[in-house]
Formats: sequence, structure tokens, C-alpha cells
Amino acid sequence: MRFILRRIAFYAFTAWAAITINFFLPRMMKGDPVSAYLADNPEISPDAIASLRILFGVDTDLSLWEQYLEYWQLLLQGDLGRSFSRGLAPVTDVIAAALPWTIGLVGFATVVSFLIGSFLGSIIGWYRGSRADAVVPAATFLSTVPYFWMALIMIAIFSTTLGWFPASHAYDKGSEPAFTWDFAGQVVHHGALPAITIILASLGGWVLGMRNMMVTVLDEDYITVAQAKGLTQRRVLYRYAARNAVLPQLSSFALSLGFIVTGTLVMEMVFSYPGVGQLLLDATNSKDYPLMQGLFLVITMAVLFANILADVAYAILDPRTRHMEA
Amino acid sequence: MSLHIEQLDEAAPNRRVVGRVSGAFAMFSNRKSLTGLAIIAFFTLVAIFAPLIAPFDPLEKDYTALRQPPSGAHWLGTTHMGEDVFSQIVWGTRGVLAVGFLAGVIATFIAVVVGVTAGYVTGWKSEGLSALTNVFLVIPSLPLIIIVASQFYNPSYALIAAVLAATGWAWGARVLRGQTLSLRTRDFVQAARANGEKLPRIIGTEMLPNLTAIIASSFVGTVIAAVLGLTTLAFIGVIPITNLNWGTVLYWAQQNGAFPNFWWWYIPAGLCIALLGMALSLVNFGIDEYVNPRLRSSGERARAMRKKGLKPTSAVTVVRSSEAEQK
Repeated sequence: MRFILRRIAFYAFTAWAAITINFFLPRMMKGDPVSAYLADNPEISPDAIASLRILFGVDTDLSLWEQYLEYWQLLLQGDLGRSFSRGLAPVTDVIAAALPWTIGLVGFATVVSFLIGSFLGSIIGWYRGSRADAVVPAATFLSTVPYFWMALIMIAIFSTTLGWFPASHAYDKGSEPAFTWDFAGQVVHHGALPAITIILASLGGWVLGMRNMMVTVLDEDYITVAQAKGLTQRRVLYRYAARNAVLPQLSSFALSLGFIVTGTLVMEMVFSYPGVGQLLLDATNSKDYPLMQGLFLVITMAVLFANILADVAYAILDPRTRHMEA
Repeated sequence: MSLHIEQLDEAAPNRRVVGRVSGAFAMFSNRKSLTGLAIIAFFTLVAIFAPLIAPFDPLEKDYTALRQPPSGAHWLGTTHMGEDVFSQIVWGTRGVLAVGFLAGVIATFIAVVVGVTAGYVTGWKSEGLSALTNVFLVIPSLPLIIIVASQFYNPSYALIAAVLAATGWAWGARVLRGQTLSLRTRDFVQAARANGEKLPRIIGTEMLPNLTAIIASSFVGTVIAAVLGLTTLAFIGVIPITNLNWGTVLYWAQQNGAFPNFWWWYIPAGLCIALLGMALSLVNFGIDEYVNPRLRSSGERARAMRKKGLKPTSAVTVVRSSEAEQK
């Protein structure tokens, strides 16, 4: 129980910190893009002006504390302001349209990459000192290649030269999202290349991390005991060594999620994938501050949620966390 | 007899200094680290002597040679404006290294202050600093950096480095806190405290020497992250093109339809990023092996056993006896 309470307290604190950073960022910046925009576009509805005023602290004589309370009220109503570049559509609607694409693609590819990488790493760690060690330099190289550059190379090879996959967008031009087999096929076809890029670009880190943990764990006495008992190699490898080595791997998975998300956002821009990354780039280029702020908040919350899932997986794999509760 | 003592006295401090210096560099004295350091030294030299190495000015336009493939005059070809790609990459090394190392220094400083303090103090102060560290670890940095950077018309290298450092110190702080926590209960630290030594002295002379490897590794880690961060920001166009670096080269290539035909325009810059990143990772692997000897010895031991005709993955009793033989 203590474990769960501590984690809940941590997530609540992080969420609060992210929201508060989001509150202070526009107020600390010099210059005032929002009131400039408001002055240029007098036809905005008074409703939209009111929420923008609260979100960005423009034209207000309220104290900082009162602004902060107003800001929270607005957030709890699900109002993140209006997007300048999308015809003043509510930011929440704009993001809601893009979010499923990113979560589907990045979530799937990251989990697959983690699983493949950890499996490969445990095998390479098991056969330490053999020819399998040759994988290490290759994995190092893969783990330092920038995501966006790998995306460009993938497009050049598999899309432009070989023509196997489309180079951009999430589905064919002219078709509407629908729950049909045809549309699902398009989504898979368009998503394959971005997914392969994410898997390849993040694979190296998982392989190396798991391999190093395996090498460390394999020297433990309980491995020696397990082998002395005459257990099969398979059992020692998967149930004794890999199961212990995967725990630190899982915590580093949770912690590097922010980093992975950063990489995949840029990769989305390269593929013009209609997800959050593309939206962030558009917002940056058109100086759409409400949308940028909203995206920061939503991306952070998504990463927090993924962290919670990683925690649950950790508790399932490591009985000690559950014992502490009892 | 007295001569002997004099000699000893003279030699002792000297030897101690030599021992200390070589001890501090022991973590780099393995093949991986040395390879990595050699590549980094190469890039550093390129950055310092950029005006001598680059055959052209990076922005010098030659309208008679547009989008030329590599040739004797232009080693890596030219851009759509006839600029020499090789010269752009050589000059771009400066920006990448300057931002990378500056960000690394700032971030490591923050990490040491926060991490060691969080590990040394107890109770709510330690928990609070640890929570702060974790918040910065979890919050995705790129959207934050984009928001901050896009507010400036023409951010300087120092500003970019500071922003990258402000979002990149948390990993080092977390690792340092863990190590400090385990150090502070060790006997030699307890003894120093019992002797009434002051806190700065305990941290400075008792604990920091035991943390150098971790500090070095977190420095290298932040440099990698900063190099990737800078090139990413330049590639998406958040950093203005007047800051020439490898990411800017890729930005121009992407903007001007270099893909996929003008390979000389985008392949080298990306390879440079990957090569520098790999060199830094190699340095870190060397440090890892220094800190965790099991990583270093596992391969050697397995190879030694294979020579004797034994399988390293089986035969438990033999594993132990072969180890005993070595001792």
C-alpha cells in the first residue's frame, strides 16, 4: 500500500508541476504575442478572449494568485483556449483529433521495440564473450542515430527508391477515417515505415541495457545455485536471469519515455504523420502559442500515464513490491 | 639513513600526485574509452581549425556549381545555392561541440549540486529534491524547449545550451543521489563525521573522489543528449539558420528537396551526428566497465573458458574452480 501511495503522490506532484510550469511560462516571457494577435483580430468572440486572457495572463489586473485560481478553473472545465492557426478551433478539439494517431503509432512501436530489444539483449548477455558480442557496437551505433535522420534514410530507401511504402500521411489521400478493412489496411501500410523507424532507432538502447544487466546478474550466486540444482538452461536463462535483469530495464523504460516521445515527435514531422508531433511543428511555425501550451500539457500527461502503466507492469513482475503492501 | 628518509620524503608527495592523476584517468584507460576519446579529439581539432580545414566559406555561393555530386573541388558536393557541403559540416562542428559541451558542463554542475545534496541530507529535504529530479526526468523536454526557444528571435548558443541543460540535468542527479546515499553510510564517511570534519570537507574530499566516475558518465550522457537536442531543434527550424551546425545542414537539405537524390547533402551530416554520439557512448561504456568490473571481466572469462574447452553457459563447478585457479 505504501508503494502505491508513494507513486500516486509522485504522479499528482508531477502533474501539478507540469500544469504550474505551463501557467508561468507565458508570464515569464518577454513580449506578448497573444495581445498582439488579439489586437490584429478584433472579430474574436468575447468568450474566446476571456479564456485566452486567463491562460496567458494578458490585460489583467488580477493578482498572480487569482490568475492561478482562474487558470485552474479553466483547465478543470477542459478549456485550453483557442488555436490561432486553426481558425480559432478549441485547442482541446484540435489535439483530440491528433492524439489517437500518435498514441497508436508511438505506443505500439515503443512497446514492440522494448520487447524485442530486451529479448535480444538477454540472449546476447547469456552468450557473453562469444561472437554475439559483435552486436554491441552495432547496437551502439543504432542508439545514437537521430530519429529524424533515420526516418529520412528509411523514406529514401523504402519509399522513394523501392516504392514499398508510402512516404507520408496516415492513410491514402481522399479517403475518410472509417471502421472498414480497407481503411485499416491503409493505416497499417502508412504506419509501417514510421513504426519500423521507431523500433530500429530505439532498439539499440534496450539491447545494450538488457545485455549489461544480464552480464551483471549472471554473476550472482542464485544463478550458480540454479545451475547447480541441474535446472535446464532455458529455465535459468528466462526464469532466473532475465526475470531479474528486466526489472531495472523496466524502470529505465519508464524514465526514458520522455526522451523517446521527443524523438518520435520529430519523426512524425518527417513523415507528415497527422499526430501530435506534426501539430507541434505547425504550431511552432505559425507561432500558435495556445496550441503549443496545450500540446505541452497533453504530451506530459500522456507520458505520466505511460509511467503509471510501467509501474503496474513492474509490480506484476517483481513480487517484492507486492509483499511490501501486505 | 637520514639520506634515505629525505629521499622518501621527496618522492612521496610526487608519487601521490602522479598516483592521483593516473587514478583519476583510470576510467578512461581501456580500449573503448580511448577510441571514443580519439574520435572526440578529432572533431575538436576540426572545430578549432575550421578556417584552415574548410576549403570554402560555408555560405559562399557558386552559382556555376549547383547541386553537384562530390568532386575534387567540392569533396562532399554542393547545395542548391552552390555552397560547399564539406565546408558547412566543418564549420558546423563548432556549433555542435560548443553547445554540447557547454550544456554538459552546466547540467553536470546542477546534477552534482542537487544529486549529492539530495543524497546527503535526510528526511523531507532529500525527498523533495528527489521528487524535483523525477519531475524533470518525466516531463518531455522537447515541447518545453520549443516553447522557450520560439519566444526568442535569435537565441545565442549560450542560451540554447542553458535551455538544454535546464531540461537535461535530472538523470545525472538521480544516479548521483543513489550513489551518495550508499556512500554516506560507509565507514570512512562515518569516521570523518565522528572526527568532527565539516560538511563541505566531507563532501569535497571524502565523497566526491568516489563519485568522479559517475559524474564523468553523467557529463558524457548530457553531452550526447544536448548534441541530439541541438541538431533536432535546428532540423525542425526552431533555431535560426544563422547558427550553423549539422542540424541546420539537414534542415536546408529537407527544405530544398534534397531527398532522396542528393545523398551527399544529407548523409554526411547525419553520419557525423551518429559518429560523435557513438564516440561519446564508447567513453561511457568504458566508464561503465570501470565502475562495474563484471562487465569488463565477463567476456575475458568466457573466452578463457572456451580455450580450455568448456562452455561458459554451463558447468557450474568448473566455473568456480577456474576462477580459483586464476587467483
